[in-house]
Amino acid sequence: MHITSDFLERDIVFGGDKKLEQLCREVKEMFPLAKGISVQSECPIGLIGDDIEAVSKKMTRELGIPVIPVGCEGFRGVSQSLGHHIANNSISDHVLGKKKHDKTTQYDVNLIGDYNIGGNAWASRKILEEMGLRVLTQWSGDATINELAIAPSAKLNVIHCYRSMNYICRYMEDNYSIPWVEYNFFGPTKTYQSMRKIAQFFDDRVKEKTEEVITDNKPSMDGVIEHYRQRLEGKTVMLYIGGLRPRHVIGAYEDLGMGGIAAGYEFGHNDDYKRTYPEMKEGAVIYDDATPYELEELTKRLRPDLVGAGVKEKYAYHKLGVAFRQMHSWDYLGPYHGFDGFAVFARDMDMTVNSPTWNLIRRRK
Amino acid sequence: MKVIDHNELFKGQDYLRQFETKKEFELPCTPEEVSSVSEYTKTADYMQKNFARTALTINPAKACQPIGAMLCACGFENTLNFVQGSQGCVAYFRSHLSRHFKEPVAAVSSSMTEDAAVFGGLNNLLEGLENAYNLYKPDMIAMSTTCMAEVIGDDLSAYIKQAKEKGCVPHYMMVPFAHTPSFVGSHITGYDNMLKGILSAVTPEKKPEKTGRINIIPGFETYTGNIREVKRLMSLMGQPCMVLADTSDSMDSPNTGQYRLYPGGTPLEEAKTAINAEATFSLQKYATVKTGEFIKEVWGQGFYALPMPVGIRKMDEFLDTISSLCGKPIPQEIDDERGSAVDAMIDSHPYIHGKRFAMVGDHDLLLGIMSFVIEMGGESIHVVCTNGDKSFEADAYQLLSSSPHGKNGKVYIAKDMWHLRSLMFNEPVDLLIGNSYAKFLWQDTSTPLIRVGFSAV
Repeated sequence: MHITSDFLERDIVFGGDKKLEQLCREVKEMFPLAKGISVQSECPIGLIGDDIEAVSKKMTRELGIPVIPVGCEGFRGVSQSLGHHIANNSISDHVLGKKKHDKTTQYDVNLIGDYNIGGNAWASRKILEEMGLRVLTQWSGDATINELAIAPSAKLNVIHCYRSMNYICRYMEDNYSIPWVEYNFFGPTKTYQSMRKIAQFFDDRVKEKTEEVITDNKPSMDGVIEHYRQRLEGKTVMLYIGGLRPRHVIGAYEDLGMGGIAAGYEFGHNDDYKRTYPEMKEGAVIYDDATPYELEELTKRLRPDLVGAGVKEKYAYHKLGVAFRQMHSWDYLGPYHGFDGFAVFARDMDMTVNSPTWNLIRRRK
Repeated sequence: MKVIDHNELFKGQDYLRQFETKKEFELPCTPEEVSSVSEYTKTADYMQKNFARTALTINPAKACQPIGAMLCACGFENTLNFVQGSQGCVAYFRSHLSRHFKEPVAAVSSSMTEDAAVFGGLNNLLEGLENAYNLYKPDMIAMSTTCMAEVIGDDLSAYIKQAKEKGCVPHYMMVPFAHTPSFVGSHITGYDNMLKGILSAVTPEKKPEKTGRINIIPGFETYTGNIREVKRLMSLMGQPCMVLADTSDSMDSPNTGQYRLYPGGTPLEEAKTAINAEATFSLQKYATVKTGEFIKEVWGQGFYALPMPVGIRKMDEFLDTISSLCGKPIPQEIDDERGSAVDAMIDSHPYIHGKRFAMVGDHDLLLGIMSFVIEMGGESIHVVCTNGDKSFEADAYQLLSSSPHGKNGKVYIAKDMWHLRSLMFNEPVDLLIGNSYAKFLWQDTSTPLIRVGFSAV
């Protein structure tokens, strides 16, 4: 769904606050079951000085549902990363802790920073539940506003995408004393490690169940590795993605015998790079906010067997004849997280690296 | 090895159980609430409220000006798209064009942030131009704007002049520009503005003798095959032509193991002679309003806004106009192809005759599709053009009134796909024509979708 105020010239001239009020009323009328409205602002809103905070406050009262302002004009900050931070703050201010879940247990966790691309969050949730944990909140892929509101009822926050959602974890740590732990559900090696790391926060029951789940899944994971590793062994990977993936997927590639030789972020911060260095082998190249020119030069010199980036890069690599996967959208497949996701990941990397189509290219001098 | 991905995985019992237990935390609406509201949205009562909306737009079938400007500039040789404004917009334009064409789309942004909001975007433009020129070595830089640059009032003409004075780009460098605020018009307006900007920049002088060629402007054409077909037809007629903003190769380049930043496009040296052509023909009237005025008034050249050649009648109009104006008869080969197409239409008319259509898209494409549907005996019942104006409305009604098969049709300008949803529930149709975003209407109303337009993936 694409809900917009469709700003026109007259709105720029006269301001859009009245239009936004009316818009909220119409949203409620058109979608009577809506449990909240988030108002996100584009560049002109901030530049002309519209007050979406005031309008949101007024409409929250009038409509009886939360209307949440997110002042995320495109010109603010150097990248989309600030948008994550602003949205985290909006949720802390307007949603978090507004409700309580009646029945809590000592095994309650929030699954944070999973956007459910290709069903990733479901594949991850499955593992946590099998470990004996109860997931209160799945944040924010396939979540409802109630889930976000009850989040402080949990005992532990487990966070996948550190970049986009560390803010809300820190907020809950400071205000609700909820500890948080980073995890990585890409590839069996990292998944086993992460499961054990999460289990450390709980009693022996969870620790034992965790070992059981690992034991149960290991044969099928070994089967995936056995099948695909022989086809992918020694292949090199170059990544240029966002969020957590440039470091988090390295382990999954290594499970398949592949090696990450280069990685970079579109909107990473220093703390992302600190977390990336240990994942990369000696001699790997790390870059930040690379231009297409830089990417092309790096590709020519590093000669990776596979490149993972986004749709803007995809077709340039196809022209270069370099195997390419979209590592934001999983090329509309997935999931890649967890045990169920690893088989899909392995299949997809194999189909691309070993596709016969690359050999059809007749290169011109 | 059998691998189960998202297509089947989440239908498994373990996941269905997960979704069920998750509801405890979701506090979802009850199934009764969902089904009752779902039914309510299909009613006439809801449609009335839906059409009474004044502030809210839901699923509009339009994009914004800079993306049109970018597609236009992609149609010129060695031309780099430069967007003055904040960078997120540009990432979106590139992604959107790439998804449709399955081609790389290069563009640079001056990446304006808070300081530009306060002090203006001059420094971003100067540094941006210098970097872009040195790194990507274009022959021409086509500059458009995002909302941000427009709201703060960046003056591109003055800024580019300064850039040349300061040596950021050589003084001879062509830097055509178009102000393309997204809060005015749509992608076709941006296309028009940029084409006018480029033509103003590349046409230095008018010569007394003509080139014997005609110019053809495809408009915001998102099917590269259409442009190639027009060139082929002109070649069969023996009519030399130059396509202005020729995206046929830049948006569909062969794989040769090389990435070329600027494949194809109208050669700039040739574009300079466009002013001396016999006449200019636009295949999209609504995407070339200002460009047409410019060609008529500044170039003093004949400008003919032809219909988009979709279907037999519009195709006839296109070929006949060029044939009579250029004095080139339509060869037997083209007439044979026409005959084959008519034969196919006669053979298949029982599938279309009397079928009711809903359609949504851009002005010129809609007029073409409506005309074709009428030819086949189909009925264009709901015609929605989000970026449509009164002039389009009049054109569309005129077309509908030209045939008994058009009498039940209604045209909706400045309406979105949520309006169309109500229309389709209250006055159902057999088939839906629209871009890929119309798939939601297909899902909701179970009306089969024929994907035509931008973007179609």
